[in-house]
Amino acid sequence: MIFEVFRQERRGQPFAHAGSVDAPDLEFAEAWAREQYGRRQESEALWVVPREAVREVHDFPDELNKTYHRVDGYSLKAKLKEARERAGTAAP
Amino acid sequence: MDARTQEFVEYVQGGGQVETGDWMPDEYRAKLIKFIEMHGNSELMGVLPEREWILRAPTLQRKLALTAKVQDEVGHSQLIYRVVEDLGKPRAACLQDLVDGKSKFHNVFHYPTKTWGDVGVIAWLVDAAAIISQKALLKCSYAPYARIMKKICWEESFHILHGRDVILTLMNGKDEQRALVQEALDRWWGPLMTFHGTAIAADEDPMVYWRIKSQGNEEARQQFLDGYVPQIWELGLTVPDTELRKNDDGVWEYSEPDWDELKRVVTGHGPMTAERLEFRRRLLEQEAWVRDVVLAEAA
Repeated sequence: MIFEVFRQERRGQPFAHAGSVDAPDLEFAEAWAREQYGRRQESEALWVVPREAVREVHDFPDELNKTYHRVDGYSLKAKLKEARERAGTAAP
Repeated sequence: MDARTQEFVEYVQGGGQVETGDWMPDEYRAKLIKFIEMHGNSELMGVLPEREWILRAPTLQRKLALTAKVQDEVGHSQLIYRVVEDLGKPRAACLQDLVDGKSKFHNVFHYPTKTWGDVGVIAWLVDAAAIISQKALLKCSYAPYARIMKKICWEESFHILHGRDVILTLMNGKDEQRALVQEALDRWWGPLMTFHGTAIAADEDPMVYWRIKSQGNEEARQQFLDGYVPQIWELGLTVPDTELRKNDDGVWEYSEPDWDELKRVVTGHGPMTAERLEFRRRLLEQEAWVRDVVLAEAA
């Protein structure tokens, strides 16, 4: 069975995919993962997950081009210039 | 070439990376398997020359360090064979092809380790040459391979330090010890100079075309010479090549390496090839019961 291993380098950091191990069961998979990713104290924690348990999700279409919920939907430069001119101020 | 393959080539040549489940041309998959499998074989076969010195290491500290290095390299082969397996070739098939002499492993692992000096030269200079290739693989177009290379490079840097420490200790010892290092270097220089392969132009190298590698062979060799020849010279060691010099333009000149020997060795006719493959074959058979028991208990 293939188990995917995710590793956290330091407390508080996200778990990132590190690789996979081939083991007959979860207990063995943990032992392999410890040897591969923890024996020099390089990891804070590991997640060992059967590959089948991982649902991969791809493709996030944006047919309506919804820029209003992204930062690139807001170009303030021209408006700010106009507002400053109206107020008679300069950029701080 | 069909349009889909054309698009794929442009994608990887533009720095794009590919994941296991993505569509890829058959040729790319075949090239990946061959290249990565040879890397896995090399990690696995590479521990055999060093293994011979675990019981003969001069101190307990050296014995522990060498054992740790051997564990690292075997671990690398496990990670690498996993990547090959996900590309479609099972590990058992890789191991069988290896012991049957159907697949290759790196030239440097076909040579004997005659003295403790060899252990130092291997850990320092062979690993240095290897890390240059492996660092370039961090940008491999096949992402799962590039990802495990991070861990592999990280561990290799300990190996280089361990090797350099072994060499420095010998060089600070007696004349006999310095002679031991020089003699080992004399024997290893040839294999080191052919390690990165012939000076095929990067744009004619199929591995570069698919961006499996991003570095040309000669570029890697120049980087090795530039990084390590000064470190060899500063210890008072002699590189056994009278033509070796750095030109004003920064390019290293050297005598033509023995490419016939490289070809002979990697096609299975190196001085230790048969013995080491036989050892690996025997272990594979001897340990079959362990795999059977583990799988039976888990079932």
